[in-house]
Amino acid sequence: MADPFLSIQHVRKSFGATTVVEDFNLDVESGEFVSFLGPSGCGKTTVLRMVAGFEEPSAGKIVVSGKDITRLKPNQRNVGMVFQAYALFPNLTVAQNIGFGLKVVGMPRADIDARVAEMLGIIKLPQMADRYPYQLSGGQQQRIALARAIAPKPKLLLLDEPLSALDAKVRVSLREEIRSIQKKLGITTIFVTHDQEEALSISDRIAVMYGGKAEQVGTPFEIYNRPATKFVANFVGTLNVLEGTVTDPAAGTVRVNSEQISLQGKLNGSKSGDTLSLALRPEAISLGRQPGRDSSLSGEISEVHFLGSVIRVRVGIGGSTVSLDTFNSPATPPPAVGEKAEISFSSSDMLVLH
Amino acid sequence: MKSGKFWAWLVFALGAAYFFIPLIATVEFSMRMRRGEYSFDAYKVVLGDARFQATFGYSVLAAVFTIILGVLIVVPAAYWIRLRLPQLRPIVEFITLLPLVIPAIVIVFGYIRMYGSNSPLPFLATDTGTNALLVIGYATLALPYMYRAVDTGLRTIDVRTLTEAAQILGAGWGTIITRVILPNVLIAVLSGAFLTFAIVIGEFTMASLLNRPAFGPYLQNIGANRAYEPAALAIIAFAITWGCMSLIQILSRFAPRSANRPN
Amino acid sequence: MTDISMSDHAVTGKTAPPAEARSMRLPTQWLGVAPFFIFAIMFLILPTLYLMLGAFQNEAGEFTFENIAALAQPSIIAAYWISIKVSLASSLIGAFAGLAIAIAIVRGGLPEWIRSATLTFSGVASNFAGVPLAFAFLATLGRLGLATVILNTLFGLNIYAHGFNILSFWGLTLTYVYFQIPLMVVIIVPAIDGLKKEWGEAAATLGATMAQYWRMVVIPVIWPSFLGTVILLFANAFGAIATAYALTGSSLNIVPILLYAQIRGDVLHNAHLGYAIAFGMIFITGLANVFYIWFRTRSERWLK
Ligand SMILES: Nc1ncnc2c1ncn2[C@@H]1O[C@H](COP(=O)(O)OP(=O)(O)OP(=O)(O)O)[C@@H](O)[C@H]1O
Ligand SMILES: [Mg+2]
Repeated sequence: MADPFLSIQHVRKSFGATTVVEDFNLDVESGEFVSFLGPSGCGKTTVLRMVAGFEEPSAGKIVVSGKDITRLKPNQRNVGMVFQAYALFPNLTVAQNIGFGLKVVGMPRADIDARVAEMLGIIKLPQMADRYPYQLSGGQQQRIALARAIAPKPKLLLLDEPLSALDAKVRVSLREEIRSIQKKLGITTIFVTHDQEEALSISDRIAVMYGGKAEQVGTPFEIYNRPATKFVANFVGTLNVLEGTVTDPAAGTVRVNSEQISLQGKLNGSKSGDTLSLALRPEAISLGRQPGRDSSLSGEISEVHFLGSVIRVRVGIGGSTVSLDTFNSPATPPPAVGEKAEISFSSSDMLVLH
Repeated sequence: MKSGKFWAWLVFALGAAYFFIPLIATVEFSMRMRRGEYSFDAYKVVLGDARFQATFGYSVLAAVFTIILGVLIVVPAAYWIRLRLPQLRPIVEFITLLPLVIPAIVIVFGYIRMYGSNSPLPFLATDTGTNALLVIGYATLALPYMYRAVDTGLRTIDVRTLTEAAQILGAGWGTIITRVILPNVLIAVLSGAFLTFAIVIGEFTMASLLNRPAFGPYLQNIGANRAYEPAALAIIAFAITWGCMSLIQILSRFAPRSANRPN
Repeated sequence: MTDISMSDHAVTGKTAPPAEARSMRLPTQWLGVAPFFIFAIMFLILPTLYLMLGAFQNEAGEFTFENIAALAQPSIIAAYWISIKVSLASSLIGAFAGLAIAIAIVRGGLPEWIRSATLTFSGVASNFAGVPLAFAFLATLGRLGLATVILNTLFGLNIYAHGFNILSFWGLTLTYVYFQIPLMVVIIVPAIDGLKKEWGEAAATLGATMAQYWRMVVIPVIWPSFLGTVILLFANAFGAIATAYALTGSSLNIVPILLYAQIRGDVLHNAHLGYAIAFGMIFITGLANVFYIWFRTRSERWLK
């Protein structure tokens, strides 16, 4: 494999006695869009700031295009950054903000103007050039901040929760805009978020972080469907967790609420009598027996929520409850609370959390 | 980053030297009264001086009246402007800044000419009238500080919402003012009061030109005639100012936090 | 101390909703603000106007420019000149030193306690003016002052032999700076706090050097507050009399001391000349403010 564009190697960061990032490793290909996803305080910002050069790693190194930049100053790194709180310069107009990075390197005036106009076109705000930041909405300010960051054609774009100060609708449209601009320009991007839907929908790959480490790095599909750790499984998406007891490790059978299911090949190393956490995504479960689903459990419907196109049903199974979604169909009325019900799923969809 | 820290320390150290050397020198000087050894004699002389006690008492009294007058003028105006007459705010803010632009000596000069013994409003004809005029003059000097303190207090508690909430709960104006507004701006009013006290206690110009037996003219008089006592007085005055500022700081810890909106 | 920067973003009053406008007909609406306006008119505005008008009248009450013209005598011009010099020097020194200290304690990476201690001390020192301040500087830099003596005995430097005098322009300036610096610190620290850390970081990622960031962002952003405070410091020094009077008696002829002597004893033998001097003082501080306002509206379109 060719050398990665950005390589974060064994990076550690301590503030005094507390270590907030521990042995963080990540390779990012040129043009790739990678998200850092994790709960608050897990070290996402810290890693990003080390890449930008605002924090110096306590150990490890950061390499861009084969060159070690660990000790380089931020203004020598040629990275673009977009901040959560926009951070537009209040004393400069939109055009001057976007042109800032070009002006400081001494680009001729005419070239700056052309580039600024091009940027304004890309972010679809061509008529805003002479406004001051206070005259713009939050979403507009953040688009200007994006334009400012990419105007000097950085090799690497860093975004630290750029959408979290915006309202829900703007978030969705702007994240798609960011992604399409990123694709168009082919700029390598790291995007920090604690919103999993955001990360899943726009990333090439996601690094799920927890406690200062990358728990798992993979495509959204992998992260969602094959979580490597219990933390990832729980953090990304909704999970139904059932308790199971191993009855026959060799045959791979597990007892759940007095019913047997077979999990051939997933019990690596468990002994008879061990208790396991078994997880199922809501969309992997159907109500009633379905062709192609090899396992089933029975229970009683405890809640029904009509959400429009989807009906979310909760089914009590022994002591636990599982959620599942069925599509609304005008011909069949939704199930009723208290009815006996059987759920079915493919044992291959069941995750065994160790 | 490292060199930035060095410069910061250097600037801080130079500043600290400039500000502490005069204080140390004054303390030292104030203790030199007895030949050959340090003593607190100068302080004993000063504090035992009947004129010190009289003038200081006079100025404290003047300060108290100034604070009362200032509160009576500023609090209703600031409250009303927040609540009902926001269109007056620019005018009022402009007026409250005037005393920072018009020197005190000019203001008092105007008083002397306008309110003299044979004017329609002869403040200066009687002793009481002159005392009142001094308090009035002090209130103008304190106006910028008092107004800002009270207005900031009103802003952090968002009087408008509080008043409306109280009205909806059926409170009358008396209840609103005494139970809702005053307790919440009390801290701000007190901050303004201590600041006023610090400004007024040693004030010289107005007291001297109105011929009042106040602390400021007394200080000046001692300065012109004695050697070590002025230094002792300077330290006492510094301690009083410090006391006022510390009280403001302590009070600010009890100030209500903004609950409704951050601005 | 309370923040009284003149730079205070002129809070634009919200226009009153119709309901309020209607109820304004009721005189009770004005009851709350009446004491304030009566007080301000009677004891702030009218006395000042009285002097201003008096400056343009002769003894007989006729309109004249004679008083203003009479200001042009050498002793009065000298007084204005030295007042302007002292005020300008002390406000500029105070402003830049105060700015440096403010930046050092806010952005210099010094421990937190230094910041809060400095702010507390500044609150005290900015109000430590007048007569006691003069005493303190006499005890320090007077002929027998500690600093004078130590410089002489330890370093053999007799500052008085080298032409220094506490009763001089530099003596007074150095003394005024004692309250000018802290006043600057108290007012400008909130402005520097308002500089977002992200602005610096954004500038750095865009390739700007520290100097470029300062020139293009920091200075333009704090400039209005800074300039406003300089004007305030100037007015503060220009009107001050107690410190100078206690320090120098009437040996240093600055305008407020001249006016003081005129009020006490009509030393100029012309009552209306006193009005003219007062008018001149307001004119100068007022001019400084007009300049400031003009500058601000012209160059600070980005301020809301
Ligand atoms: N300068 C600092 N000094 C000490 N501790 C710090 C410093 N900066 C960050 N931390 C700590 O490091 C940990 C990680 O912080 P970081 O800002 O990277 O979290 P994050 O993942 O970005 O969280 P969020 O989603 O809330 O932004 C936190 O526990 C934080 O308290
Ligand atoms: Mg963060």
